Amino acid sequence: MEILNKQVKEKKTAATVKMTGAEAVIKCLLEEGSELAYGYPGGAIMPVYDEIYKYRDQFHHVLTRHEQGAIHAAQGFARVTGEVGVVFATSGPGATNLVTGIADAQIDSTPLVCITGQVASHLLGSDAFQETDIIGISTPVTKWNYQITKASEIPEVFAKAFYIAKSGRPGPVLIDITKDAQFGEVDFSYKKCEKIRSYRATPKINIEKIKEAATLINSAKKPFIVWGQGVIIGEAEQEFKNFIEKTDIPSASTVLGLSALETSHPLNVGMVGMHGNYAPNVLTNSCDVLIAIGMRFDDRVTGNLQTYAKQAKVIHFEIDPAEVDKNVKSDVAVLGTVKETLAEIMQYVNKADHKVWMKEFDKLLQIEKDKVIFDQLNPTKPGLTMGEVLGGINKETNGDAVIVSDVGQHQMFACRYADFIKTRSSVTSGGLGTMGFALPAAIGAKMGVPDREVVAIIGDGGYQMTCNELGTILQTKAAVKIVVLNNSYLGMVRQWQELFFDKRYASTEMVSPDFVKLAEAYDIEAQRVSKREDLADAIKTMLASKDAYFLEVIIEQEDNVFPMIPTGASVSDIRLS
Amino acid sequence: MEEIKNFTFSVYTENNVGILNRLSAIFLKRHINIESMTVSKSEIEHVHRFTFVVNISETQARKLVGQLEKQIEVIGAFYHTEDEIIYHETALFKISTEYLYDEQIQDKLKFRRAHIISITERFFVIEASGLKEDIDNMYEKLKPYKLLQFVRSGRIAITRPKMAISELLAEIN
Repeated sequence: MEILNKQVKEKKTAATVKMTGAEAVIKCLLEEGSELAYGYPGGAIMPVYDEIYKYRDQFHHVLTRHEQGAIHAAQGFARVTGEVGVVFATSGPGATNLVTGIADAQIDSTPLVCITGQVASHLLGSDAFQETDIIGISTPVTKWNYQITKASEIPEVFAKAFYIAKSGRPGPVLIDITKDAQFGEVDFSYKKCEKIRSYRATPKINIEKIKEAATLINSAKKPFIVWGQGVIIGEAEQEFKNFIEKTDIPSASTVLGLSALETSHPLNVGMVGMHGNYAPNVLTNSCDVLIAIGMRFDDRVTGNLQTYAKQAKVIHFEIDPAEVDKNVKSDVAVLGTVKETLAEIMQYVNKADHKVWMKEFDKLLQIEKDKVIFDQLNPTKPGLTMGEVLGGINKETNGDAVIVSDVGQHQMFACRYADFIKTRSSVTSGGLGTMGFALPAAIGAKMGVPDREVVAIIGDGGYQMTCNELGTILQTKAAVKIVVLNNSYLGMVRQWQELFFDKRYASTEMVSPDFVKLAEAYDIEAQRVSKREDLADAIKTMLASKDAYFLEVIIEQEDNVFPMIPTGASVSDIRLS
Repeated sequence: MEEIKNFTFSVYTENNVGILNRLSAIFLKRHINIESMTVSKSEIEHVHRFTFVVNISETQARKLVGQLEKQIEVIGAFYHTEDEIIYHETALFKISTEYLYDEQIQDKLKFRRAHIISITERFFVIEASGLKEDIDNMYEKLKPYKLLQFVRSGRIAITRPKMAISELLAEIN
């Protein structure tokens, strides 16, 4: 009888497999095609780490040196691959250390699934060791979060998490799992999530709006496009290129949109925004139709909103209805994925020729070249410039590298001067502006695209926020090329102090350790360059290396990044010096 | 400067742990004070309804609704001006029994939606309901009787325009 009962029982559960919640977590990730995660173990997540050990042939875990490093690495991975980045951390400090990265991913629309351990459910609210309310803390900066207290919830919640992170406008999701749920048993079966009744991932396309937009575009004499990361996230690079080439519209990128269109494309007129190019900023206030594509009119893009493109009709191609009319009122809002809406509009737009209008961009570009760019790329003063370092890298990589930049002056130089020939080649912390982002993000990026060259451009300030991740490079052999542009200042803040605070350099001078020795301590080949004549060879040596490499370049201390739109000024009042 | 008006938000959500936190965080991020809030079941099974009352500009209200609706577990969010809703608030007043036979207080209770719901040796409780102004009025009238306790509910509101939640749910599915 016992045997019979057992047989019946086994038959009944044939479609599912019994396992622990912890094992189910790894199974879910594998079902979603995620075989790589970044993280840091600790008490409350140990059952999951035990399964990571058991599944080590199928599932790879990268131990970073801090949870912030783990999440930035996952962001770097997600940004270059378009896949969901996965992060593990324990409860309490492990979870709170993720918060900066979660906020960064939320504002830059990066798909992440963060998994945190939590104290056992019977201890919730008891101020147990390493207990923290990470659901409460992360709520304002996650696309969705959920606390699992029963093993049986795991498959469905993970399926939802991946769907939410990746679909529509992507973003970070956090799943907090109590320790008893990790130990608990679940009848495991997995079904990918395809819809959630309260969530519309992409808005319905309204063909009338597309026709209205086309009519405006067809009648425009001076149309101008500003594109953002939506083109990259939506994998719409080809549709975008077809659209601008047919309509012959000069197009500028936001910081996050960089590399969606190759730098050398004749219609690519550079970057808009606070430290963007002169022509696209000035001519924003001269165009007659402004076409925003997958961008959100960030204040760093628009400058003073009261004087932003007031003369123009505004068309906004956007996936997120909450972004429409948030900062800039649009005349026509085209909701939907840009991949679909840009493909759809092609049949309604006329082939056009805007060469005369394009000449205005050329004219202003020449002014910027004469006053700013030429001196940055070919300086005659003794101090090295950040621009010439980027120029040197361009020369060796031909724009084929992934450039991961940190936050500050060097970031703006990287965005302004790096050449791109492939999409998903610029990774930077745009919305949140997280110093310390680049080194770990570059490690993740390299793991995402191991066949591509990944060059991290970092300032001496940001580098010291996360240079502990050199340990991750030591352990994983991630062949990241690290370029630290060292001007012994927190350069961007110093620039503002110089321009707006009468050179009162409050806490911006920075004394740094011997970075070359530091890299060498981690077994990373390194050199320092302080003379112009050594720069080209150093870059060549760095890029020829098969392994990780560290290059420190001593930069002119008080160089400024121009052009610049001062806070509160109009985009057309951009300063060249 | 755009005119600040009184807006009532109706937010239909799933009934899950943490949604209140998620919604209130949206107000907090924008430094908007919530004047009143109620949560209850709605006309649709398993769908809950939040009613928030805030004083903001219409531009803010429109943006706020976008952010509320963007939350994964929010099915629909709407904002309404006072003339678009039929609404109600309820208040309870606890007063010492020594005033129970005060003729003036009896007069005051003639207000159309106030009545005594409990009497004990030590105190009695008056319930009043109506518009915000009605309750404010009642409060002023009863204040001289040394209120032992006063509590008032958040606004509940039914809208004149249709909020097609069932249709919205059907459409998504």
